Amino acid sequence: MIHQTAKPHEHVGEGFLEELLSHPEGHDILACMQCGTCSGSCPLGQSMEFPPRRMILQARRRDMESVLSSPSVWMCVGCYTCTLRCPREIDLTDTLWPAVRDRALQEGVQPPPELQTALQNLYMYGNVLGKSPRKRLDWAKDLDVPVTDLSKEHTEVDVLWLVGCYPSYYPRNQVVSRAFARMMTRLGISWGVLGVKEKSLGDCDRLFGEEGLFETLVETNKELFQRQKFKTLVLLDPHSYRALQVFYPRYDAGFPAQHYTMFLADYLDKLKPMLTRPVPCKVTYHDNCCVGRRCGSYEPPRELLEAIPGVELVEMERNRENALCCGGGGGGMWLDGHITEHGGKRLSDERIRQAAATGASVLAVSCPYELSRFEDSAKVAGLEDQIVVRDIIELLAESMGLVEGDNS
Amino acid sequence: MKIVVVLRQVPDLIEPLEITSEETALDYDEAGFLVNESDDHALEQALLLAEAGSAEVTALAFDFGDVEQTLFSAAAKGVENITTIPWEESAPPSADVASSMLATAIRSIGPDCVFIGCQAHDELEGALGPRLAVELGFPYLGVIRGVSATGDENVVHAFKEFPGAAKSRMSVRFPAVLGILAADQPPRYVPVSRIRAAMKSAEFDEADLEPVGCSGAVAVTRLSFPAKGDGAQMLTGSEEEVAEQIADILIEKGVLT
Amino acid sequence: MSEQDVLVVAEIDGGSISDSTLELLGAAAELTDGSGGRILVALLSDDGGAHAMHLAAADRIFTVDDPLLANYSPQPFLDAVSELIRRENPRVVLLASSTIGLDLAPALAARFKAPCIGNCRGFAIDGGSLKATCSFCAGKLVAELQIEAKPAFISVLPGAFHPAGRTGIAEVESVSIQLEAGAIRFEEMILADASDIDITQQDVLVSVGRGIQQEDNMEIAEELAEVLHGALCASRPIVDQGWLPATRQVGKSGMIVKPRLYLALGISGAPEHMEGLAGAEVTIAVNTDPEAPIFEAADYGVEMDLLDFAPELTEALKRKKVAH
Repeated sequence: MIHQTAKPHEHVGEGFLEELLSHPEGHDILACMQCGTCSGSCPLGQSMEFPPRRMILQARRRDMESVLSSPSVWMCVGCYTCTLRCPREIDLTDTLWPAVRDRALQEGVQPPPELQTALQNLYMYGNVLGKSPRKRLDWAKDLDVPVTDLSKEHTEVDVLWLVGCYPSYYPRNQVVSRAFARMMTRLGISWGVLGVKEKSLGDCDRLFGEEGLFETLVETNKELFQRQKFKTLVLLDPHSYRALQVFYPRYDAGFPAQHYTMFLADYLDKLKPMLTRPVPCKVTYHDNCCVGRRCGSYEPPRELLEAIPGVELVEMERNRENALCCGGGGGGMWLDGHITEHGGKRLSDERIRQAAATGASVLAVSCPYELSRFEDSAKVAGLEDQIVVRDIIELLAESMGLVEGDNS
Repeated sequence: MKIVVVLRQVPDLIEPLEITSEETALDYDEAGFLVNESDDHALEQALLLAEAGSAEVTALAFDFGDVEQTLFSAAAKGVENITTIPWEESAPPSADVASSMLATAIRSIGPDCVFIGCQAHDELEGALGPRLAVELGFPYLGVIRGVSATGDENVVHAFKEFPGAAKSRMSVRFPAVLGILAADQPPRYVPVSRIRAAMKSAEFDEADLEPVGCSGAVAVTRLSFPAKGDGAQMLTGSEEEVAEQIADILIEKGVLT
Repeated sequence: MSEQDVLVVAEIDGGSISDSTLELLGAAAELTDGSGGRILVALLSDDGGAHAMHLAAADRIFTVDDPLLANYSPQPFLDAVSELIRRENPRVVLLASSTIGLDLAPALAARFKAPCIGNCRGFAIDGGSLKATCSFCAGKLVAELQIEAKPAFISVLPGAFHPAGRTGIAEVESVSIQLEAGAIRFEEMILADASDIDITQQDVLVSVGRGIQQEDNMEIAEELAEVLHGALCASRPIVDQGWLPATRQVGKSGMIVKPRLYLALGISGAPEHMEGLAGAEVTIAVNTDPEAPIFEAADYGVEMDLLDFAPELTEALKRKKVAH
C-alpha cells in the first residue's frame, strides 16, 4: 500500500528520465557530457554516493532505484556551485535535485525526520518552525515605529515587505526585523506587512522536492499578493527572493521583487548622509548563494558596507561566485544531522574559519539562516571572541543610531 | 484481518487556547485542530500490519475540526475505506456519546480489531478506548508500543509499555480494541502532492447515525488557566547573565563540583 | 458498609507496592476524612496478599489471590475489581494514572455505567457532590468538575497527594473470585537493556524535549551534561524518534527519576513527563514558550531557546569550575 501512487510503477524510478525531459528546464540533462565539474565543485561531493554527475548517469541509464533510496538525495544544500560551473549550463540545483527528491517522496522514501517535521510545520502552519500563525507579527509588538498591517487595512504601499519565518519568530532574527522596520521608516519609505496572514514562500520545500506543498503555497501567496497594491516586494531571505524570481513565474505568479540588499542599494544616495555614527571595524562579507551565485548580485551588499564610516571591508579568499556555502539551503538547516551521519561536514564551520583568517572582527551576512549558523559555528570553532556575526542591516542601523550598538 | 482505526481531532496546542465567557468550556470556534497524535500512531501501526500481511484498514472519524485534512492524508497513505460520522456541534462529542456512536458505526463495518490512540489531551473522562471496548463487548489493551502479526491471522502480539523501559508481550485474540501509544515506527511522511491528489479523488462514506444525547454524569463547573502564583522563578537578562546566575545557583546548591 | 467508602486499586511494581498506591491511600484519607467512610483496598496478586502489610494505612484490605493475577491482563483484573465493587459499593474508586490504571478506570466506569475522570490533581466531597480538579490539554488548562453519580472512578496524577504511611491497623480479608483468562493474555515481561546507565540513580540529569529540534543538536545537551558530570535523558518524543534509547525516557511510561538537579531543555511539561521528575530536588526549565506548563513545576525558569542558551550555560559553568 505504501507504493500506491497515481500511476503505479513496475519498478522504482521507472519513467524518471521521461518525466524530467518533459519539463523545459529538464531537457538540458541530455547535454551532459559527464565531465564531472559538478561533482568536483560540490562542497559535499566527496561524501555523496551519487553526486550530480552520477545521478545524471543513472537517470540516462534508466536505473534510478539505488539513487532514490540513497542518503545522497538529502545531501544537497542548494549552493548552486555545480549549476554555475556546468559548462553545458544544466539547471542542476533547481531542476534535477528537486525532481529526484520529489520522485523519492512519491516512491515512499522517508526523508530524514527533522526535514519531515519542517515540511509538516510548513504545511500546517505556513512556517517551518511550527509556530502559531497568530503570533507571526509579535516581533513588532512595542515597536517604536508605525506598522501598516495589510491583513487589517487596505492601504496602498510602495513596499510590501515579506518578513519571513525566521525573521518573524526567531529571537536573534527579530532584532534584525525591528532594525529594518526603523530603517525603512527613517528613509521615508511607505511600507506594509501581511501580518498574521503572511506565509512562507515555500522556497525550502521546492528544493526539498515537495512540489505539492510548494504549489499550495504559491496558490495562497498569489492570492494574497493580488489583493494588495504595492510597487515591489522586499525580502530579507535570499531563498524566498530566489523562489519569487525563478519559480513563481513558472506558475504564472511572478511579482516584482528585490532582496533587501538590492533595495537599499537603490536608496544609497538618501541613506549615506544618515550613516552618521562610525562603526570602526574590519568586516568581511559572506555572499549568500541565492542572491549571489543564483541571481548574480554581488556588489550591492558591498556598496552598503563600504558606505558605513569606519568600516574596512576585506575579502575572503573564496568570495563572490566562489564563496563557500554555509550549508543552510536546500533544506540544509534540517539536514546537518543527516549530512554528518553520512560523512559530510557542517560547511559553516569551515566558512567561519575562512572569515576569521582575513583578520576581520565582523562577519557580515544578509541571510536569516546565516546568523544562527555562523554564530553556532563560531562557538564550535572557539572563535566567538575573535569574530562576531552581524546582518548588514544591523551594521547600517548602528551607524544610523537606530539601535544600541550591540544587538538590542 | 479487518482493522478499523479511530481518528480523532484534538485542539492544536500550538495556537493560544481560549475559554468561553461562561468559563466552562474551550472556545472551539477559535481553536485550531489536528489529528490526535496517538491516533496517528494507531493508523501507522495498522498500515504496517496491512503491508506485512493481508490486513484491510478502514478509517473512522467524526466530521469535526479539521478532519478532512486528516482523512485525505490517510487516503494518501493508502487507506481505501474511510467513513465519517456526521457531527454538527462546535464542541466535540463527550466520551459516552462518542463511544456509543462509534460502536454503532463499527458494528456495521464488522472488523476484527479496532485501533485507537490510548490517550488524547482533551480527554476529561479517561481514555476513550476502554469505554468503546465495553460498548462493543470486546476486550481492551492499552499503552501499546508495537503490534506484530503471528502465524494465526486471528491473533497478534501487542507490547504493553511498563515503567522503567519494560514491556509485556501480550497475545491478543480478536475481536479486540487496542489502545496504541506508539507504532513500531513514527507516522510516515506523505507528500503533499499525494494529499492534493486524494482531495480530488478520495471518497468518504458517511455513517447513517442519529446523534445521541449525553448523560451529563460529569459536568465542568469551571475551566481556567493554571494560577501563575507559585511556579518557577523566571531568570531574566542576556544569555550570558542568566547563565552566570544559574551557575551561581548550582554552586550554592552544591551541584557544581 | 458506609456510603462514603473509597476503594483504592493497589498496584505491585517491581516486587513491591508502587509509590502511586501509597499516594492513592493518602488521597483516600483526605476523601474519607470526617465522612465516616472507610478506606478499602483491592490487592490483586498471586502471592496470597504478601504485600498487604504495606497497605496498613487502609481500613480493610481485600486480597484476591490467583495465578492469573501474577501479571496484568485485562479480564482477570477487571473481573476481580468489579466483583469487589459490587460487594462493597464504594462511593469512589481510585486508580493510579499508570499503564494499568489507564486501561482499567474507564473500562470499569463503562461496566458500571458510572462516571470516570482522569488526570486528577485534587478533589473533595462537598455536600454530597464529588468535586475534582483535573489537568486538561497537556497541563495548559485546569478543569474543575462536579460528579453526582456513584461510584466515581478517578485516575489520580502521581505526586498530587502525599503518600500515606505504611503502618496502621488494617484488617485483611481474603476474597475468592472465579476468574477467567480472557482473550488477551500475558506471555512475557521484557525488561530494559541493562547495559545502559540507570538514570534513576543519577544526581544530575540534562533532559531534552522537542525543543532540541534536530538529532544533530543533541551534542549541545551532551556537552552540558558532561560539564555537570550528569547524564542525558529525554521526554518520550525524543525516544520515539530513536535519538535516545528507551532507558533514557523520563515520564509515566519511562523512568521515574530523583536527581538533585533536573535541567529540562525544550520540554513543555506535559503531565506524562512531569510524573517522571516529581522527585527532583531542583528543576530548571529552558523553553521559548512562557506558557509552557513546565514553568509551573520548575524551581527556576529561563524563557530562551535552548539552542542559544545551553551553550552559554556550558561556558559559564566551565568558567566557574576553573575559578572554583
